[in-house]
Amino acid sequence: MSLRATASQTVGPFFSIGLEPMFAPVVAGPEIPGEHVTIRGRVLDGDGAPVPDAVIETWQADAEGRYPNPGEPRSAAAPHGFQGFGRTPTDEQGQFTLSTIKPGRAPGPDGSPQAPHLVVLIFMRGLLRHLLTRMYFPEETSNEDDVILRLVPPERRATLIARAARDEDSVLLWDIHLQGEDETVFFEA
Amino acid sequence: MANIPGYRLPLAGTQPEYLHPAYRSSIKRAPTRPLILAPHTLSEVTGPVFGDDTVHPGDGDLTRQHGGEPLGERIFVSGRVLDENSRPVRNALIEIWQANAAGRYRHKSDTHNAPLDPNFTGYGRVMTDDLGRYQFTTVKPGAYPWGNHYNAWRPQHIHLSLFGAGILERLVTQMYFPGDPLLDDDPIYNSVADEKARRRLIARFDWETTVPMEGLGYSFDVVLRGREVTPFERGER
Repeated sequence: MSLRATASQTVGPFFSIGLEPMFAPVVAGPEIPGEHVTIRGRVLDGDGAPVPDAVIETWQADAEGRYPNPGEPRSAAAPHGFQGFGRTPTDEQGQFTLSTIKPGRAPGPDGSPQAPHLVVLIFMRGLLRHLLTRMYFPEETSNEDDVILRLVPPERRATLIARAARDEDSVLLWDIHLQGEDETVFFEA
Repeated sequence: MANIPGYRLPLAGTQPEYLHPAYRSSIKRAPTRPLILAPHTLSEVTGPVFGDDTVHPGDGDLTRQHGGEPLGERIFVSGRVLDENSRPVRNALIEIWQANAAGRYRHKSDTHNAPLDPNFTGYGRVMTDDLGRYQFTTVKPGAYPWGNHYNAWRPQHIHLSLFGAGILERLVTQMYFPGDPLLDDDPIYNSVADEKARRRLIARFDWETTVPMEGLGYSFDVVLRGREVTPFERGER
């Protein structure tokens, strides 16, 4: 017998009551092996105005490309306690910050490795369903061959790839544009 | 590795569209370009695992978090979390938040001139058991006004946030109450075009879980997305 998934409804303006106890802006502390990065960005609406009431969730593999989940075929949960899950709200300027590691290459369709990426979910008042996207890493040659990135028209791929901050080490910048010329690519999946 | 069975896509009308102009906040926040249909990889079918220590005894009773009992109508909410293949989802984490009985959220942005209740935070969390069952105790939230249109009032509702096995099972929804006269005019509830799917957001009054001299029971089942069934699981060889 098959059922139909329950309909989504917006998180509304007061989600922090329910979601703040599990905010996780630090996905990987210093004890977790890998290349540590800080990801910083802004969420902008159709007027280019900052969205001060969004919450971003991320899911990612560890530095070896393994997911800390029973569905991961190559190992059990990673021994170093890596959880892989991030949750961070935007502030009054629409800015969010996440500390994590650059993930390794997880398997994609037909076993071909994917480029390092974060799965990103975006929730806010005004979104009746959350948005689904991905963030990729700059100067990463495997981006060229990534199965998912190749589904995106070439002129829009840049919206999914973070850029290195010019004057700060290990800081990646990635803005999310809900609408407009630079609208971020969102997926139906 | 072979391709893995992905999740079924939603049937038309059973999930809201991003742009629903009657809900004004969606106009500047909904994507305008077509979404890109993507296959599901290991990244999508896995998701965070929350251990048994995530939920503590008492986290599921929103009426006992302070020195006294909150004002309002005490209710018992229970149900099951299943996937689209009718399988119970065990260890599903449910985060809960809501307004108090007067229709006021304990949040700095809530300017409704109804009183806060010193004995009510409006937050709880629970995890499903091996049969996918959950339950929590709270007070029935009040309706409250909002600025979407003239004299707009949200129907009474409880926010529920759920994690299943894979990140694509992630769901945030709202549970409504039967017989609420505000449902007909609520653009958020009515953003679900399919009438049956919409009505499934309304809890059912439940004598079974109504406790004599204590409070009314409401039953609310939640269905998370399910993956395509593989030939092996169908019993084919």
